[in-house]
Amino acid sequence: MNEPAIYGLMAEFDSADEIVAAARRTHAAGYRKIDAYSPYPVEELWEAIGFHHNRVALVVLIGGIIGCMTGYGLQYWVANIAYPTNIGGRPFHSWPSFMIVTFELTILFSVLSAVFGMLALNGLPLPYHPVFNVERFSRVTEDKFFLVVFSSDEKYNETETRAFLQSLGPKSIEEVPS
Amino acid sequence: MTQLLEEVETGRKRAPVIEPGHSFSTVTAKISDVVLKRPLSIGWLAGVMFCFGFVNLLLLAVGYLFIKGTGIWGITIPIGWGFAIVNFVWWIGIGHAGTLISAILMLLRQTWRNSINRFAEAMTLFAVACAGLFPLIHTGRPWVAYWMFPYPNTMGVWPQFRSPLIWDVFAVSTYATTSLLFWFVGLIPDLATLRDRATNIWVKRAYGALAMGWRGSARHWSRYETAYLLLAGLATPLVLSVHTVVSFDFAVGIVPGWHTTIFPPYFVAGAIYSGFAMVLMLAIPIRSIYGLKDFITERHLENSAKVMLATGLIVGYGYAMEAFMGWYGGNRYDAFLLWNRLHGPYATWYYSLLICNIFIPQVLWIRKFRTQPVLLFLVSTVVLVGMWLERFIIVVVSLHRDFLNSSWGMYYPTKWDWFTYTGTLGLFLFCMFFFMRILPSISIFEMRTLLPESKVKAE
Repeated sequence: MNEPAIYGLMAEFDSADEIVAAARRTHAAGYRKIDAYSPYPVEELWEAIGFHHNRVALVVLIGGIIGCMTGYGLQYWVANIAYPTNIGGRPFHSWPSFMIVTFELTILFSVLSAVFGMLALNGLPLPYHPVFNVERFSRVTEDKFFLVVFSSDEKYNETETRAFLQSLGPKSIEEVPS
Repeated sequence: MTQLLEEVETGRKRAPVIEPGHSFSTVTAKISDVVLKRPLSIGWLAGVMFCFGFVNLLLLAVGYLFIKGTGIWGITIPIGWGFAIVNFVWWIGIGHAGTLISAILMLLRQTWRNSINRFAEAMTLFAVACAGLFPLIHTGRPWVAYWMFPYPNTMGVWPQFRSPLIWDVFAVSTYATTSLLFWFVGLIPDLATLRDRATNIWVKRAYGALAMGWRGSARHWSRYETAYLLLAGLATPLVLSVHTVVSFDFAVGIVPGWHTTIFPPYFVAGAIYSGFAMVLMLAIPIRSIYGLKDFITERHLENSAKVMLATGLIVGYGYAMEAFMGWYGGNRYDAFLLWNRLHGPYATWYYSLLICNIFIPQVLWIRKFRTQPVLLFLVSTVVLVGMWLERFIIVVVSLHRDFLNSSWGMYYPTKWDWFTYTGTLGLFLFCMFFFMRILPSISIFEMRTLLPESKVKAE
């Protein structure tokens, strides 16, 4: 493995205000391979690290369209081709009766693509991740906020980046071993 | 701000959504300690064992049913539906409040929902599980129930998609899947919290596996929030469609008392009505036993009671319209149905229904009944009984005397009907007991967002 031994530098903050300000300055300073971690969703935070568009909605739209076509197509095929049955003299292609299953499958496929699409885009499940090597990081699911500059960033330089993070006034700075 | 204005206008102070003095740490600790630190109590064990008795009763009833067939129930012709369908509709209706709280109230930005959505969703799941059991065992041959799904088979037979019963299969299975996923997605960040707080290595690993490596990354949160919002947006029309489809099981048939266009909205309102009653019946003991009164405040009780009052009035309108159309519609069979409800052999049941669902819940107009937990608990019980009676009236009274009086009959539930019904009640509570001790019953990360320090101040 020729991965660097250091995954990045992690700065800890106490409040959402502090980390959003810090993330904005880090992004403004030209760091791009950065990530921020918080105990609850903070909309300003992902904007601050330059993450403006997630593609979840597109995935759900595609899933929904596929579900809709599957639902209607299935019923059309069953009622007209595979197993045509005369029910009270109704036409084989009795589309008003097919609306409900079409609707339900649209919802079902959209929901499945929302959940599994979100997980896949997030790269979850993921059994190992370097940030968990930092002991204090376990507070991220309670009350602390963390900002990480990855060592893969072009501007990353151990001394300079550490000095820069120090200037943001964090509670502590730690190396993240990979 | 709006709350402040309202307080100034009305001159009385409303209970807060979350009691003051909490921080991220105390919210996290208070909710997760119920799962991780609280010792096993005698009360919990006794409750579990009591419910486990009923679970065994259910197993016995279903086991005997599999040996003997549906003849052990009270169903006959003309009343082929009986308890199985009454209980199916009742249970699935209860489930609806969970989705309403988690999805519709989220879209409406009612943040007070954050402290009750988790266990309301769990309630939905268990209620849907109990509901699903009934049509399954009512088919008589549940081991071939998968024939209802479209799959390529050697018989060359396919489902009949013009039938409301097939619509029901799709609606209920989509609803169960969506409820499960919605609930699980909401749990992921809290499972990570439990993972990080657990001290026992095996407990830590179990929650860790379920949390799937959640680390609270801002990018993840961004996608998570979009997905969660979309799920809420998808679950909202879904929940309305599910009880609508359930009502189609009746309304598409030509039986007097079933064949009406008011059924879909009236069923949905009734579902939410009974569901909120169940939410209150669970929330009231949970908040006092597990010391969660800071998070499930009087405000939550009062708001839920108001929803109950509103949906109860819609249900009352439904009854009034049914009676009005029976009288005004000029159809002799509908007119007879009305007469039969008021004076027939099941008249006592109908009057009990009116008392439970329409008259007694009017006490909720009085503020004391909305905020006093014991009184509210009693009203909720009455509503649940009333909504069960409503389904009984709809299923049995409509079927037992229809067009030809030579084919009239009576329905008497047998002990096996009652065993199955009380058995599902036991199963439901059994699952709730375990849920309370295994998973955080209040959404921790959403509670964090309710704290004032969670907001980022504008630059």
